[in-house]
Amino acid sequence: MLMKFVDDSKENVPKRSESLIVGIKGDDMHQAQVQIPTEEPPPLPENDRLKAIGKRATRWDGNLKVSGSGKYTADIRLPGMLYAQMVDATVPHAKVVSIDTTEAEKMPGVKAVHVVEHVLGNAQLRDPKQELPSKYPIVRYAGQPVAAVAAVSPQLARAAALKVKVKYAPLPFVVDRDDARKHDAPLVYPGPADQAGTAGGGGGPKNVPQVGNVHGPAEHKVGYIDEGFSDAAEVVEARYITQVQTHSALETHGVVADWKPDVLTVYASTQGTSTVRDELAYVFSLPKNKVRVITEYMGGGFGAKFGAGNFGVVATHLSKKAGAPVWLMLDRQQEHLSVGNRPDSDQSLKIGAKKDGTLSAIQLVSYGTAGCGTGAGCSGPAINMYKCPNVHTQEYDVFINGGPAASFRAPGHPQGCFALEQSIDELAEKLGMDPLDFRDKNDEFEPRRVERRIGRAKFGWDQRRKAGSDPGPVKRGMGVAQAVWYRIIHMDSAAEVRVHQDGSVELMSGVQDIGGGIKTVLAQVVAEEFGLTPKDISIRIGDTQYPSGPPSGGSCTTASITPAARNAAYQAKLAFLRSVAPALNVSSDDLVLQDGHVRSKSDSSKSWTFKRAAAKMRTSEIAARADRVPDYKNVGRRLNYGGVHFIEISVDTEMGHIHVERALAVQDCGRPMNPLHLESQINGGVLQGISYALYENRILDKQKGLMVNPNFDFYKVIGAQETPKIEIHVIENYLGLSSTDAGGIGEPSTMATAAAIANAFYNATGVRMRRTPMTPAAVLETLGKVRSVTA
Amino acid sequence: MNRFAFTNCDTLDQALSALTPGAELKAGGTDVLDRMKERISAPEKLVNIRNIQALRGIDESSTGLRIGPLMTLGEIAEHPAIQKNYTALANAAAHAATPQIRNMGTIGGNLVQRPRCWYFRSADYDCRRKGGETCYAQIGDNEYHAIFHNSICAIVHPSSTAVPLMALGGSLDVASSDGKRTIPLETFFLLPEQNWTRENILRPGEIITAINVPKPASTARSAYQKWAEREGTDWAIADAGVVLDMDGDTCRKAAIVVGAAAPAPLRMHEAEVMLAGKPITEETARAAGKAAMVKASPLTHNAYKIPMFEVAIYRTILLTAGKMGPDPSAVGGRA
Ligand SMILES: Cc1cc2nc3c(=O)[nH]c(=O)nc-3n(C[C@H](O)[C@H](O)[C@H](O)COP(=O)(O)OP(=O)(O)OC[C@H]3O[C@@H](n4cnc5c(N)ncnc54)[C@H](O)[C@@H]3O)c2cc1C
Repeated sequence: MLMKFVDDSKENVPKRSESLIVGIKGDDMHQAQVQIPTEEPPPLPENDRLKAIGKRATRWDGNLKVSGSGKYTADIRLPGMLYAQMVDATVPHAKVVSIDTTEAEKMPGVKAVHVVEHVLGNAQLRDPKQELPSKYPIVRYAGQPVAAVAAVSPQLARAAALKVKVKYAPLPFVVDRDDARKHDAPLVYPGPADQAGTAGGGGGPKNVPQVGNVHGPAEHKVGYIDEGFSDAAEVVEARYITQVQTHSALETHGVVADWKPDVLTVYASTQGTSTVRDELAYVFSLPKNKVRVITEYMGGGFGAKFGAGNFGVVATHLSKKAGAPVWLMLDRQQEHLSVGNRPDSDQSLKIGAKKDGTLSAIQLVSYGTAGCGTGAGCSGPAINMYKCPNVHTQEYDVFINGGPAASFRAPGHPQGCFALEQSIDELAEKLGMDPLDFRDKNDEFEPRRVERRIGRAKFGWDQRRKAGSDPGPVKRGMGVAQAVWYRIIHMDSAAEVRVHQDGSVELMSGVQDIGGGIKTVLAQVVAEEFGLTPKDISIRIGDTQYPSGPPSGGSCTTASITPAARNAAYQAKLAFLRSVAPALNVSSDDLVLQDGHVRSKSDSSKSWTFKRAAAKMRTSEIAARADRVPDYKNVGRRLNYGGVHFIEISVDTEMGHIHVERALAVQDCGRPMNPLHLESQINGGVLQGISYALYENRILDKQKGLMVNPNFDFYKVIGAQETPKIEIHVIENYLGLSSTDAGGIGEPSTMATAAAIANAFYNATGVRMRRTPMTPAAVLETLGKVRSVTA
Repeated sequence: MNRFAFTNCDTLDQALSALTPGAELKAGGTDVLDRMKERISAPEKLVNIRNIQALRGIDESSTGLRIGPLMTLGEIAEHPAIQKNYTALANAAAHAATPQIRNMGTIGGNLVQRPRCWYFRSADYDCRRKGGETCYAQIGDNEYHAIFHNSICAIVHPSSTAVPLMALGGSLDVASSDGKRTIPLETFFLLPEQNWTRENILRPGEIITAINVPKPASTARSAYQKWAEREGTDWAIADAGVVLDMDGDTCRKAAIVVGAAAPAPLRMHEAEVMLAGKPITEETARAAGKAAMVKASPLTHNAYKIPMFEVAIYRTILLTAGKMGPDPSAVGGRA
């Protein structure tokens, strides 16, 4: 679904047998015999027996970030740098008749103007001949990039952009998902169209039927759905509506592009240095060795920052034309309009279970809009969360004249969980079962079983009362919901470790830190191998000049890159010991690296500080590079990561106000590499989940087809005062799959929150909340407190 | 943003003479600069009054309160005498906007700030309040819009402080190069039926020089609460300012004003009469809330505000009477 899964199990690499730990600590952890490639370092023991990995190491670059000395893309200043401003379409659907840039070009200080020739991100017609040829790309949404100018100051660039005269021949438009499904709706595309995904996923199914604006269905069928429902003793059926959410990363998209005859250097706010390089190389017909992409610090992407983007391509064109570096950061409005979003959904979900409480059928029909893109499918949870013999899902994308969606933290899953996990709750109640017991019965995934058990005790689940127990206007309730995510490994993950004669150690990799803290984790991995502390290791990442790094999507970063880093560190360590052993008069097999020292295993009197030993290196530098080795076995895509969220809320049923009282997230991610960073990620996941459940909403006005809240004033994101107490428990779930056995957490930590809130709402009020965002308007309407109004 | 001249003034006289046609005052600038960046206002000149010391200060005397228009919302919220005797005003200032805005935004600017209707705030909509033909909120996205006086233009008045100031019987001292006048807040604001392109009767060239509030009777108490989608920083979707003059348990006189319900802060006379001469109880307070909303005329997406205002008024009446605590669901209610 998201990224290629490389199955090398058939490859004939020499193997050796090793005993390594698998299973969940405190539950079924045990040693297992596994075949691993001969070159692999010895398996790591459990975290308790390690010095650096699994410890709460503080953020490697924390001081640099909080003191402002870490330079983000927007902070980059190069000699002679120009500032660019995009010209965006002001109408939702139109043919561009003419673009007049003469006035802008004449302004003193304006150095280059560029007219966009190809728009990235939008779906493309399968048969381009279905549309009359047009000099300029058809405008499919308000905010679509049309042109750009570069000038000596940002103010001048903005003024010049206003002077670019674009003449539109407007076309009929539609910005509402339900309207777009009507048979006489204006067409966003005159024929079938598909959107390409990015390295982070997104992009819907290709080669599905399309009628009008409705693209699909993409179907998934297991068993016989009708039989499943006739076997059922209880069935629940309901419709769920979720809204469009924009990524709203604090750092907007942007680049500084510096076109030089010998190399194109681009500083980018990206989740994939390599994917930006590849896209720019492709667009500008450059060999990859002439494009360098740098992302030293990055302020969040959530899935929307993989490619070069229209702005990246435009900035590069401008730099090439002007012969100067060009700075181009989007503003908040452009961010909301043109660089991605989470599609909405209208889901009809029907599920049934037998008398004994086993699920017999799951049927989902979903419609969602990814704007003028595709990828609104949300059946992942319905297909993958529970064991069920009969499953049928049909996903439809609905085109509207809105900005194209992009992969967004667990694409499809918060929506899918919102529906599925409420229906599961409802079905449990019908069967007279506790929601956790019902899940125990139908969920085969062992970590989630353990997580439910831990959560039940920690959260005080058994104090949960019957739905609607509070007599007063303010009602409290508890809810639970769970997550399902997949193990995604990106094989383009490599690292180099260098040891210098002065005893300093550094690691280099193209991987970028999108905020999860991979720099720290890499430092821990190298420190563990060398018996040093993470602060002793220099980490240089986010540059395509280094060994290739994975794009950070699908929660794959830590799982993908840390084994390569460990293997490089291990190889460098062996080379180091071989290099210094003769001078120390000890055989290299007899040496270990511990607590900043090189020690002889056989003679405890022989010990040197690492620095002193390094001085004996035969060359000034020792380096080793390692690539990602395929996982030790192919575990398939199902049942890789879980996570269970428990939430308690109070609902003011007179004011329609929901207050989140507390949250407990019990999560798994293979071997926890750094609990501190994990907690940060999970805090963020829970907060983004609450924000999605209660506040965020992209609103497009049907009269002009424009977004009315493209800001942070009326596009409402959770703030400090809405933040509840969040408790986090991460289990150690050893998978026995790689030399670090790390997994991922970014996505599994956000997808269950909204569903858990909805279930808590039911427990509080006795009424089901089947739509998001759960604003006072939505709550009061759902509780039947609003007189209906006729327009 | 357009190019503009910037005149720094140290005295009121300088400001009055600088305030020529096409010029606009700038106090904290949190509203006017935002409008300029959004290209919905383009003054040729900004007259900066922020450094005029004479327009600062809070004086409490036996007859009442006199506030310089440059006092920030933060200064007003934290003033002990205002907290004690003009509680509703302190509440309103404390829960408006963000700490940063409260440190910059002045009370003068707060009363004169332009509306936050998203059609008004977007240069792409030539809406009626900007001199165009259409009120896009009528059939558009009107969830945050007015439920009274909304058929011509459906903005809600953005000022939180105007609500208690009106309930407390406040007035404004205004100066221009032609002279001075005093305007009661009750007649300061304009409904669209009177004028749909302006929110108040301030004339070009006029500057607010003081905000006056008469001293409430020793038996009077006041409170203001505001409800929003979020709990911290957010615009009101419902609010209420209440002043009760009590004779023991009986309400002698009540003043009740709502803000986010209409294009101007509105006195809820129907609610006030429900309380006069009656004890303040859950029952009378609820009846007052209901009575206030009888004439509401919601648009397509904002009928939910009616039950909210009913409860907002009832809870704020009880808070004022000391019969209920601050509402945890209100903005800042859990702080
Ligand atoms: C994110 C955000 C949230 C907000 N939330 C709220 C809220 O919840 N409640 C609320 O009430 N407000 C809210 N505000 C508005 C804020 O309180 C006002 O912007 C601020 O009080 C305006 O004061 P200022 O001094 O910055 O005004 P300025 O921007 O300087 O001026 C605003 C207008 O008033 C005029 N003016 C200023 N002083 C005088 C004077 N002495 N005489 C005559 N005219 C004058 C100016 O010419 C201008 O037209 C919010 C603002 C923001 C940005």
